[in-house]
Amino acid sequence: MNVVVCVKQIPDPAVPGALDADHTLKREGKLVLDESDSYGVEMALQLVDAAGGGEVTLVSMTPNNEVSGLRTALAMGAAKAILVSDPACEGSDALGTAKVIAKCVERLGDADLVLAATESSDGYTGTVPAQVAELLGWPALTFSKHVEIADGKVKVQRQTEAGYDIIEASLPVVVSVTAGVVEPRYPSFKGIMAAKNKPVEQLTAADLGLADQVGWGGARQQITNVEQAPARQAGEKFEDDGTGFEKVVAFLETLKVI
Amino acid sequence: MTGDTKGTNGMTLSKVWVFAETAGDNVTTATLELLTKARELGSTVEVVYAGADATTVAATAGEYGATKVFHVDPDGSLPGAIAGVALAGLVAEHHPDVVLFVQSYDGRDAIARLSVRLDAPVLTNGMSLSLDGDALVFGTAIFGGTVLVDAKLTGGGPALVAIRPKSFVAEPSGGSAAEVVSVGTVDAGRAGEAKVLERFEEEQLGPKLEEAAVVVSGGRGVGSAEQYKPLVEELAKQLKGAFGASRAIVDAGWVPYALQVGQTGKTVKPKLYIAIGISGATQHLVGMKNSDNIIAINKDAEAPIFGVADLGIVGDCHKVVPALIDAIKAHG
Repeated sequence: MNVVVCVKQIPDPAVPGALDADHTLKREGKLVLDESDSYGVEMALQLVDAAGGGEVTLVSMTPNNEVSGLRTALAMGAAKAILVSDPACEGSDALGTAKVIAKCVERLGDADLVLAATESSDGYTGTVPAQVAELLGWPALTFSKHVEIADGKVKVQRQTEAGYDIIEASLPVVVSVTAGVVEPRYPSFKGIMAAKNKPVEQLTAADLGLADQVGWGGARQQITNVEQAPARQAGEKFEDDGTGFEKVVAFLETLKVI
Repeated sequence: MTGDTKGTNGMTLSKVWVFAETAGDNVTTATLELLTKARELGSTVEVVYAGADATTVAATAGEYGATKVFHVDPDGSLPGAIAGVALAGLVAEHHPDVVLFVQSYDGRDAIARLSVRLDAPVLTNGMSLSLDGDALVFGTAIFGGTVLVDAKLTGGGPALVAIRPKSFVAEPSGGSAAEVVSVGTVDAGRAGEAKVLERFEEEQLGPKLEEAAVVVSGGRGVGSAEQYKPLVEELAKQLKGAFGASRAIVDAGWVPYALQVGQTGKTVKPKLYIAIGISGATQHLVGMKNSDNIIAINKDAEAPIFGVADLGIVGDCHKVVPALIDAIKAHG
C-alpha cells in the first residue's frame, strides 16, 4: 500500500509568531515539522508495515527551499518526498494549498491513501484534507482518532461534538487524523543518517500548472486591519503557603459561586 | 421583503445562508448564534440542513428569523460531505451573498467540499462579522488571540465563512416555522461513499461544557489519569460546573476528546474558569480566555496561564485542590 502524508514545516512553536509586512506569517529561520503531522507520518509507516509492502511519500509546500522539517519525517521512515518550493506559494490559502497537494498526489499516480493532520498548528483552518479529497474526487474520513484498514476499506472513529461516529469508505481515500491517534516514534540515529540521502523532488507551482492559483493572488482576500487584541489584565498571583485555597474560597464568595 | 437595518452603515446584504447543525433533537447553540448574526447582516436568512428530519430545524430556525430550510437527505453518508456537494447546486440556483458555517467537524467538511466545487476561498476561524458598505468584513484572531486581523474577499461570488462557536450571542426574533424545501438525496459521487455506520455519545454527567457557568479543567500538572477524577471532576461537582481538559491530557488518553477545551476542542465562555495544572499554551488560551473570571492553580510561577488569570495560586494542585474541596464542602 502506498501512502501519501501531507506535512507542513512551520516556524518553531516555542518562538513567538510574527507577521511580515504583507501580513503573511514570518517563516524565516529554521522551520520544523509540525508536531500534528508526526501522527500522520507514524500512522502511514504502521499501515504500510501492516500491508507488507508499499511506501510512504511526503508532500509539502514552502515559500523557500526549507527541508529540515521534511528530514525529520524522512528520518522517521518515509521513503521520499515531494517539496513544492516556490516563493509564489507565499500567502496561499487553504484551497491553494489543497490544489498543490492534490496535483502532487495525481503526479505520483499510485497513492492508495492520503493522510493529513486535521489542521496545522500555525494556520489551523481544518479544511485542507476534505478539499484535497474533493479535488481528487475521493471520499474523506475526517477528524479520525482511530484508524483500521481491512479488505480495501478504511474504518475510523471520527470525533464529534458529543462523542464519536464509526465511519467507513473504500480506498483510495483521504483520512485526517487527530493528534494522539498513534504514538510517533523518535527518529533513530540510523534513520537520521539515511534521511540525508532520501530523494526530495523539488517542484514549483508552475511545474504543477498552478502558478496563478497559489499565493496571495489565489487566496483572493485582502487583510484590511491588524491590531493587538486588548490585553486581559493579569490579576493577583500568590505563592501557596498552605493557605492558598483560602484565597480561592474568598474569590468564589465574591463571585457568589459559593 | 423589508430590510433589517441593523447592519453597519444601515446597509444589509440581500441573502445570508446558514448551514444548520443539530445535536440530538436540537439545533446547536452555535447554529443559533450564526442565525442571529445572519439577521443583522442580511434582509433574508435561509438555512441549509443535512439530516434525517427537518421539522425541528424549521421550527427553531424560524424562531431565529430564517424563512426557508433547504433540507438535504444525507442517506447514511457523512452529512458534511453531502451538504457541501448539495450546497454547490443550491448556491448556483439561489445566489446567497454569504454562506455561514460553524467551525465544527461537519461544518468544515461542508465548507471544504463547497469551496472546491465553487473554486472559492474559505474564511475560517472567524470571530466577528460586519459590513463596510456592502462588503463583508471578517475578523479573526491569531497567535493565541493576541492579534486581531480583519479581512475582505476580493473576488466575486458568495463568501464562504466558518465562525468559531461563542463568537455571537444567540437571540430569537420570534418568527414562525420556516418553510421546508426538500432537496432530497444528492449524487455526490465518491464523496458520498463515506458512510456513517454507528454513532456513540460519551455521556457527560452534570452541565454541558459549552453551557456551564463554571468550568474546571485539568492539564498535565494533574499528574495522571487516576488523579483527574478526585481533583478536577470533584471540584467541578462541588461548584455545579462542567469539567474539561487541555489537549495534552486528551492526547495522552487520560480523558475523552469531547472534554478538550482549546483551539482544536471546545470554546467556552463561563462566568468562572478554573485551570488546574494547565500551563496555558496558546492552543488552550484560545478556547477559554474570554471567560468572565479565571482562576489558575499551577506549580510553575512562569506559566503563561497566570498572564490571563484574575487569581493565580502558584503551588501544588495536589495540595491546594483537596483543601479547596474540603473548604467548599464545609462552606455548605
